[in-house]
Amino acid sequence: MTATTTAAAAIARTYRDYDRPLWQRVLLTREMAIVALVLVVAVVAAATVRGFGQPITVTYLLLDVMPILLIALPMTLIMITGEIDLSVASIVGLSSVLTGVLTAGGLPFEVAAVVALVAGAVCGAINGFLVTVVGLPSLAVTIGTLALFRGLAVGLLGTTAITDFPEFWTSLAKARVGGSNVPVVLFVFLVLLAVFVVLLHFTPFGRGIYAIGLSKAAARFSGVHVERTKFVLFVLAGVISALAGIFYTLRFGSARGDNATGLELQVIAAVVLGGVSVFGGRGAIHGVIAGVLLIGVLSSALRLANVTSDVINIITGALLVLSVVTTSFLAWLRKRRRAPGGTPRVEASTAG
Amino acid sequence: MTATIEKTAVTKRLHAIGAVREFGILIALALVVLAATIANPNFLFSADGWRDLLLTPAILVLVAIGQAIVIITRNVDLSVGSILGLSAYLTGRLFIDLQGIPIVAVFVIAVVFGGLLGLVNGALVAFAKVPAMVITLGTLYAYRGINVLWTGSDRINASDLPKDFLALGTGQILWIPILTIIAVVVLAVTGWIMKNTRGGREFYAIGSDPAAAELYGLRVTRRLLIAFATSGALAGLAGVLYAARYGTINSQAGSGWELDAVGAAVIGGVAITGGVGSVWGAAIGAWLLLTINRALPILGIPDFWQRAVVGVLIIGAIVLDRVLAVRQKRKLLEAREDDR
Repeated sequence: MTATTTAAAAIARTYRDYDRPLWQRVLLTREMAIVALVLVVAVVAAATVRGFGQPITVTYLLLDVMPILLIALPMTLIMITGEIDLSVASIVGLSSVLTGVLTAGGLPFEVAAVVALVAGAVCGAINGFLVTVVGLPSLAVTIGTLALFRGLAVGLLGTTAITDFPEFWTSLAKARVGGSNVPVVLFVFLVLLAVFVVLLHFTPFGRGIYAIGLSKAAARFSGVHVERTKFVLFVLAGVISALAGIFYTLRFGSARGDNATGLELQVIAAVVLGGVSVFGGRGAIHGVIAGVLLIGVLSSALRLANVTSDVINIITGALLVLSVVTTSFLAWLRKRRRAPGGTPRVEASTAG
Repeated sequence: MTATIEKTAVTKRLHAIGAVREFGILIALALVVLAATIANPNFLFSADGWRDLLLTPAILVLVAIGQAIVIITRNVDLSVGSILGLSAYLTGRLFIDLQGIPIVAVFVIAVVFGGLLGLVNGALVAFAKVPAMVITLGTLYAYRGINVLWTGSDRINASDLPKDFLALGTGQILWIPILTIIAVVVLAVTGWIMKNTRGGREFYAIGSDPAAAELYGLRVTRRLLIAFATSGALAGLAGVLYAARYGTINSQAGSGWELDAVGAAVIGGVAITGGVGSVWGAAIGAWLLLTINRALPILGIPDFWQRAVVGVLIIGAIVLDRVLAVRQKRKLLEAREDDR
């Protein structure tokens, strides 16, 4: 599919959307469907699965999905511009190892963590440089840096693990607010969430992100700094992945080279489930949060119901396929209803 | 006079070889083998070294060929590792549950089985018009989940498999491992089809510009189905060979291979944006990936660093590709200016 047809389709969609009443535009969206699905699944799980209704479940659920929640924020923005970052989980591993190695080497933990964050930014800048300055496809670039960053992580630490971290920080990673079941790290996430929501939905920078995803050429002509925007987003993804890596290390009290292997696919699955198109130009943060929580609630509930993690894998995969297939099926139906007798134009699919 | 003509003909030929994308990666492979052999002659000149050099990459080569075909159509197949795992376990189960089943039958069943799984991917991509990355990310999870459900904590051991079948995994004909021969035959056939047949060229046409291919009247849907089914079938074949080579199969067989296969294709010059590259390149890419893994310890580098080297390689290959493409574009522009 060429950029022009994508953009044309998006413009057509926008016009169509404004034909509809406001309540339909707000409530009948892909994002809201996922939000509703999360609520339904949570209620059903609370009613049928023993133990899921307990408040402590919420704590563990949130702690479990926290790395995905964090990384999904920048990933959403990157995917709306039509790019992708497969190297995030490797940055998690690398920052985890760096924190561990530097702490073991005698540096204070706080300094080590800052160094890890800077390293995350550097990793993101490498991705951003290769994608924007050299002009390479991000899927290929980040498959390369996925291997590179993971290789550095494993190379630095081998198969050993570093487990000696300050008690204060390890307990803080698992701490709850007062007597409640709200994990402290949730506040870190909420702050970041606010930043990203404002950035994406209330600033020219954010509108530029959508514009780039719809049509890079059109965005450039309208004065959007396409390259600079993408570069910033990759750096953001690097820093937040490093933050997730530090959290991961503290939560499990262990820095290992293979920490969070395969997390990139979970993040992308959640983001896509939340309604972000891999072609770019479409998606919203609330949908993505719902996507992450849907996978989280499902796996937590099923695990409590003694269903193995493999069934959870099948369900995750099926959900992903179903959610995109239904969307395109509904679009096809609507098109048919619009043009009776006319065969809808066939468009070839492309890889993200 | 004749001498100069001959000279230009020779240099032209040399230029043509140098311009082929696969050539650079082949040189890289030769350098790795050379360096490792200098460090330790056994890398190439011992019976084991020679066998491993040919045998180890054979299975990934098959998966990478299928991946290359799919990527050339501007799609991607992330489910190949899961398909490989499933068909490897199926292979084991067939031998256990149907005692005395002919080995050929097992090959056919596993290849058809893999092809069907690939067809599911292809149908979802072609009919629902959904990005292949999302679909095959979904089936990566789904197929692996089915595999783990089916396998459970069960594991198939070499003792469960017929001796003849295992001999296939390690056997050789004239110092060349049988698995390598299978891989090379598949490579030659697919390479020929992709280069010389109408159907093969259509994959490139679709990948270069899907909309134009559609307008031109190419059967895009059918081509996509064939591409994904081929990728699945080759992953299925790789699954049988995996069982023959390693003997032990658990539920995690082949997990993570999808990125290796995509990486091999990318290193071998298959552009992720479709329409460019060859299955030969992907095969050499796969060979290089796995040879580096064995060469590093010999060169005195702990193999922990293998993935980092692979990463640098992938990035280097796509940067080189980009540089060549830019230069080619400039040359074409200059040629156009000259014509005026």
